[in-house]
Amino acid sequence: MLESVAAASSHGLSTPTETSDAAPPPTLRLLTCGSVDDGKSTLIGRLLFEQSLIFDDHFAALERDSKRHGTTGDDIDFALLVDGLEAEREQGITIDVAYRYVSTPRRAFIIADTPGHEQYTRNMATAASSASLAILLVDARKGLLTQTCRHAAIVSLIGIRHVVLAVNKIDLTGFDEAGFNKIVADFKAFAATLGFASITPIPISARHGDNVSEKSANTPWHKGPALLSFLETVEVEEDQSAKPFRFPVQWVNRPHLDFRGFAGTIASGTVRPGDEIVVAGSGKTSKVARIVAADGDLASAGAGEAVTLTLADELDIARGDLLSDAKSRPDVSDQFAAHLIWMSEDKLMPGRSYLLKSGAKTVPVTVTELKHRIDVNTLGQLPARTLSLNEVGVCNLATASPIAFDPYADNHTTGSFILIDRATNATAAAGLVSFGLRRATNIHRHGLSIGKLDRARLNNQKPAVLWFTGLSGSGKSTISNLVESWLFAHGLRTVLLDGDNIRHGLNKNLGFTEVDRVENIRRVGEVAKLMTDAGLIVLCSFISPFAAERQLVRDLLDDGEFLEVFVDTPIEECIARDPKGLYKKAIAGEIKNFTGVDQRYEAPLNPEMIVARDGQTPQQAAAAIVKELIRRGFIDSFADPGDDFSI
Amino acid sequence: MKSILSPHLLRLEAEAIFIMREVVAEFERPVMLYSIGKDSGVMLHIAQKAFFPAKPPFPLLHVDTTWKFQEMIAFRDQTAARVGMELLVHINEDGVRRGVSPVASGSSVHTQVMKTEGLRQALDKWKFDAAFGGARRDEEKSRAKERIFSHRSTAHAWDPRNQRPELWNIFNTRIKPGESMRVFPLSNWTEIDVWDYIAAEEVPIVPLYLAKERPVVERGGALIMVDDDRLPLLPGETPRMEKVRFRTLGCYPLTGAMRSEASTLPEILAEMRASTMSEREGRLIDHDESGSMEKKKREGYF
Ligand SMILES: Nc1nc2c(ncn2[C@@H]2O[C@H](COP(=O)(O)OP(=O)(O)OP(=O)(O)O)[C@@H](O)[C@H]2O)c(=O)[nH]1
Ligand SMILES: [Mg+2]
Repeated sequence: MLESVAAASSHGLSTPTETSDAAPPPTLRLLTCGSVDDGKSTLIGRLLFEQSLIFDDHFAALERDSKRHGTTGDDIDFALLVDGLEAEREQGITIDVAYRYVSTPRRAFIIADTPGHEQYTRNMATAASSASLAILLVDARKGLLTQTCRHAAIVSLIGIRHVVLAVNKIDLTGFDEAGFNKIVADFKAFAATLGFASITPIPISARHGDNVSEKSANTPWHKGPALLSFLETVEVEEDQSAKPFRFPVQWVNRPHLDFRGFAGTIASGTVRPGDEIVVAGSGKTSKVARIVAADGDLASAGAGEAVTLTLADELDIARGDLLSDAKSRPDVSDQFAAHLIWMSEDKLMPGRSYLLKSGAKTVPVTVTELKHRIDVNTLGQLPARTLSLNEVGVCNLATASPIAFDPYADNHTTGSFILIDRATNATAAAGLVSFGLRRATNIHRHGLSIGKLDRARLNNQKPAVLWFTGLSGSGKSTISNLVESWLFAHGLRTVLLDGDNIRHGLNKNLGFTEVDRVENIRRVGEVAKLMTDAGLIVLCSFISPFAAERQLVRDLLDDGEFLEVFVDTPIEECIARDPKGLYKKAIAGEIKNFTGVDQRYEAPLNPEMIVARDGQTPQQAAAAIVKELIRRGFIDSFADPGDDFSI
Repeated sequence: MKSILSPHLLRLEAEAIFIMREVVAEFERPVMLYSIGKDSGVMLHIAQKAFFPAKPPFPLLHVDTTWKFQEMIAFRDQTAARVGMELLVHINEDGVRRGVSPVASGSSVHTQVMKTEGLRQALDKWKFDAAFGGARRDEEKSRAKERIFSHRSTAHAWDPRNQRPELWNIFNTRIKPGESMRVFPLSNWTEIDVWDYIAAEEVPIVPLYLAKERPVVERGGALIMVDDDRLPLLPGETPRMEKVRFRTLGCYPLTGAMRSEASTLPEILAEMRASTMSEREGRLIDHDESGSMEKKKREGYF
């Protein structure tokens, strides 16, 4: 061992550009992972040593340290090159990630050496989040351990697609081929559902250097490459520039009144002056005017570049907004499903308020439902009420205000987030968005024209619930808004519960399955009842497809208080209008459980009122409803509305 | 003039810009530590780009140990004038009164009092909640373990065993009153990257980095430059002129020079690639013991 030290005394740094004229492959970011003591740090140390990347003074220190802290008898302990913290050297384990920078004549590498110890799994996840390849080490004598599986699962979850299965300490099994093959087979079976694009098994000895930089004569049966030559040539990068444009606004640059630029790093796609962009949250669009850079404006910029954009129009844009390709927009939602990797000693508390940071946006968030935890040994699902340190779970989250995002599978930048404990400021979890929950994604808010204080004005009226039911796009909200406006204008106290608006708050956690629709209506009914108790005229506008639930609300209220208004616009007309583009999506199968398409609508048999038939306009419908309220004595007849509000 | 950066350097530059913008957006009173060295120079250069056309919205801070090379101080003042940013200079007056100096007190006391304590005083005095530093992970094995956003307690201490996980490019910047963050935009740069970048972008550097005939004495294997008459010469020592340069710049009696013929950037790069010694080898303060950098950092050293 020590003879080779002398041979390596001419240490030199090289950069990939030195020896070849062709463009070198891009810098490879990778990590080592696997169970404790499997030899991760030793491997990195060995690689640095063999690539002559250890300075003489560092090597002298390593020799001294090996005598003092070494785990390898009289030999050099290469792990001490990377285990830089005192506690690590004393205990002979890795606690936190070490980043090392290696350049060979063929490629530059950023290598993260991670701890195998279960307690420090979060540090391994930290390293994985910026890597595109993982070297998963397994001790040839021990085979797959729980921690090997956990690391493999995290590597897969974080989206790393290429794995080197380094079966280490092969020297200690006498370079046994059968043992190696068994571990490879076990791992391939375990990883079958993990979706790796490539798994490259290599038998190595980190300590003695077999198959590290060069192929070893001790393993003639190994037909694959040595580790280094594989790493120098493997292609891992996905082309982020080919994806839709995403630009999280990090900072608004406003040096003087004539300049307003949006500084940020392009998460994906490319941008050119003239491109149409949309501010995902507000839906406002504009065109890119300039791509400003210190050395002069750019003609285009792509993923990964830190630039400053100016727009053709004065839009209200702040830090945290996401500028996107107008033709390919992200989800905007206050609810989504995600994987969480829990990173705090304090357990997850569903229902508790955390801060979510995604891109440049920070919003309060709660976990509304923890669906299950992942068993790292079997990758199966376990029921769970909480998540503890280093556990992985699947859950639904609800943010205090809508945020723009993409599924993590599509975009690692706009699909990732962290949770922060509001009391301790600790990073509590890493999150990966699976998908937006449809109920939030496709609901567009209706602006209510009347404020709460206005409604508080007292007047002569009888409380009632006006229940508007009908298909999506039939005009319920439009008509009920008109009716409320009229009532308000005449000094009456009203409140409007809207199918869309109530789902942003009270019923955030409900979807559109039959079960959820039932619960949705039940809650609205209870609220409406409380409002009538307060003396209000309550306008409720919900698709409410099932007769049984409408009956349930009727039963909650006093006799005669419930007025069912059937907004009977034919389905063909609703599909033709399709104001929110939802029918199109539903017919294409992108939305499930959509009323009128793949879920039934039970038309009312004895409604108090039917409107919108035979081409009746919303104005005419509203006038008819008000007349009916007067006729039934809910409001005074002091003002006849006429037959049509539009006149 | 527009330089052509390699994809590797472009990515490192973009990462540094992202980090700087994040700090400016999330902290109330950021400051950039400016130590006059090559890393500070690169950091400052990138800051000009990050906020263009605005000026970087934070001041520069130099913690002056009063033992910097004269050329460094001159370069510092020129640089601040050139970039048009406010330059704050802090000297630990208490240390000066007590007569602390590398000559009289030895390197570790001098560094502790004039640098570490001086820095803490300055951060407290101006109530900075985030401070940029030019440290790189490849400099030293405990730095290789440090996060880009490195949380400090109210006593400025680093807790290496309890660092916040740092995922993707999402940085948890939240701190409690009195706590602060040290931020290292050049974490992932190597020494070679820094020089490649300086060459490509024509970043101004202190002439001490380039070889020139300078008066030196040889002590304990290190070449010490006689920068002024504060360095007491030992019996038998006479300064002689040698062609030397500095690979790293600290306080002058604590920084060893190296014999070199490299008086241009390309020559420096060539010399660097052939070097077998680490950069901090010339820093006498690091040699005390193997874990000494970690110890200093836990106490609030940069
Ligand atoms: N014989 C032999 N021993 C090895 C080999 N690789 C590592 N070791 C020894 O295994 C022990 C643990 O090695 P480390 O590199 O510290 O293991 P690690 O995976 O980094 O451990 P953690 O980071 O704490 O999870 C050390 O004593 C190494 O010298 C190998 O290929 N052969
Ligand atoms: Mg280790």
